[in-house]
Amino acid sequence: MPLAPSEGERVAGGRVMGIPGQFINAAYFAQLKNGSFQMVEARSNRWLNWFAVFTAVATLALIALGGLVTSKEAGMAVPDWPTTYGYNMFLFPISKWVGGIFYEHTHRLLASFVGILVVALTRWVGGRSACKPLVIIGAIETLVGFVIPHVSPQLTGAGYFLSGIGVVVLLAGIFWVQNEPASHSVRNFAWLAFVLVQVQGLMGGLRVVLIWDKAGIFHAALAQLFLVVLCIIALFTSRWWLDFAKSSGATDRGCLRLWLPLVTLLIFCQLILGATMRHEHAGLAIPDFPLAYHKIWPDMDTASVEGYNQRRLETQEANPITAFQIRLQLAHRFAALLIFAGVAWCARATRRQMGAGHPLARFTLAWFALIGLQVLLGASTIWSNKASDVATAHVVVGALSLSAGALLTILAYRVLIPVAANLPASAPVGVLPARRIGQNAK
Amino acid sequence: MKINSWQLIVPALAAGLQTVLAGDITGTITLNGTPPEPAIIDMANFAACSAQHAEPVKTMFYVVGPNKGLKDVVVVVKDITGKSAGASAEPLVLDQKGCEYIPYVSAVQTGQKIVIKNSDPTLHNVHIMPAAEGNSSRAKNLAQSQGDSFDWSFPAPEEFLKIKCDVHAWMFSYVTVVDSPYFAVTGKDGSFKIANVPPGKHTIEIMHRKAGKITKDVEVADGSVTVDAALEVPAK
Repeated sequence: MPLAPSEGERVAGGRVMGIPGQFINAAYFAQLKNGSFQMVEARSNRWLNWFAVFTAVATLALIALGGLVTSKEAGMAVPDWPTTYGYNMFLFPISKWVGGIFYEHTHRLLASFVGILVVALTRWVGGRSACKPLVIIGAIETLVGFVIPHVSPQLTGAGYFLSGIGVVVLLAGIFWVQNEPASHSVRNFAWLAFVLVQVQGLMGGLRVVLIWDKAGIFHAALAQLFLVVLCIIALFTSRWWLDFAKSSGATDRGCLRLWLPLVTLLIFCQLILGATMRHEHAGLAIPDFPLAYHKIWPDMDTASVEGYNQRRLETQEANPITAFQIRLQLAHRFAALLIFAGVAWCARATRRQMGAGHPLARFTLAWFALIGLQVLLGASTIWSNKASDVATAHVVVGALSLSAGALLTILAYRVLIPVAANLPASAPVGVLPARRIGQNAK
Repeated sequence: MKINSWQLIVPALAAGLQTVLAGDITGTITLNGTPPEPAIIDMANFAACSAQHAEPVKTMFYVVGPNKGLKDVVVVVKDITGKSAGASAEPLVLDQKGCEYIPYVSAVQTGQKIVIKNSDPTLHNVHIMPAAEGNSSRAKNLAQSQGDSFDWSFPAPEEFLKIKCDVHAWMFSYVTVVDSPYFAVTGKDGSFKIANVPPGKHTIEIMHRKAGKITKDVEVADGSVTVDAALEVPAK
């Protein structure tokens, strides 16, 4: 998938929801294609960008609320779905939002809101071209949703969910005023978000009705990717992104085009590890830090693990600890060390190569600070005996760290030129003049 | 089908003879060592729960009586299996009252009915979490309003099968499922009685969620045999 609009494409404009599309900036930027730069005209729509940012922020809040649901062990507090204790979820009386119900129910409401935002975003960036696919998809989802309960009564909830979202999609395709589409890449990312949000909703629901604990791991990991996609849309629709392209370019002497995505991938693996730990519902598999059961490497034989379970006094129910869970937490700690070192290295390399004032260097430094905070929150999660607010903050900063890594990777691919990209051997190391990038300007 | 009268008489006689020859296993389970202090459960944000308690509610990991008698210990005659009479046994009532499961620890036979009810003026969800393979199809998560009840049972033996409420995270209960009627759960003074155990040598298993598990050999004859045992607070 290209990371920038292809030649001749524009970011959305026109009239959207009665708000005049404002072309606040038109800029030329370079895109590396087959080793040479091509100039592409792009425009930023401020309203669309704000909407994308708002959707990403709402999604981060949704991840926080989802984290709180797991931290409070409230994932099954509402046993039915998409209804809530038999009520239409939007009509469930506030007086009944108590205990675990509060967390799970508000998570569902916010998820519905984010779902609508994403459908709207897809429609907005897709412009007129999105109408037909949305109408077709909406109609199919509505019909399939009505058929599912007749085929499998156990999946009645999933059928209602599909019908509900199908109607929203159908309406978005039919009624919205017409506007120009955004760039091809932004449209692709919006469609990806459109698919992910629906898969997420289904997974969340099926995890409840099928009493399927492991689905929570998938649900949590996919949420992180979903946020990344929305952050990318927010970046690509921003004016800053266009300005950034004009600023400067540099040869990638520090292999940042390799290390940034690798460390980001490692963060994603770490988030999956974390989600697996949390969705084992076993509390803290190792209750102390930096040691583990007062040792560098804890005993994990059957008798020792049985002893760990007997000694702990959980005021909120938790599954028994297993040796697998102890290994999982040890791996999580080790991966945290690797990530910390990797991000520190990236921050240092970017600063040395680009200079302290370059946006990429600043952002990498902020990323490093985020990872430092994340390590502190990880330790605090253990020291606080997995206090739900601390554990949830750990989830949120983890999500931010992944998104930051993904955006930094994109920025690096925008401004850093591979050493092997047809540059003369005598080319200076470091920042290249902007005119070099604009050599193909019309 | 014509039934020979002997076909009725012989089993009845056998059952009667077994009862006459059977003995009781009685005893007291005590706890050695100093258990950790119970933690106070915070119900401050749950008026419907806290209003039902004059005193703060505490965790029940170790409920120790005046003579070190340990409550909530499950005692099972381990070597007698496949003798469940659960279908005809009195149902076990598991009540949700004051946002606590009562009883906290219990035991039933395979196939024995468990009546789970909600006496609280608030919503609960009954989240049944069997771990034994034979009980996997009996996992359930149901909503319950005040006054609601439903029946449930388990086909396979399982130790400390968990039932919890996710609305109130401190609410959980453990049911041990045994495939014979020869088991008991200790009371406040740590005492127990397993009645009508067939005569002969048996192994009894004594298990507590936190103090662990021990076994004892016992020979049952006509009358009553006493088995006292002590569990230990796990070393730190």
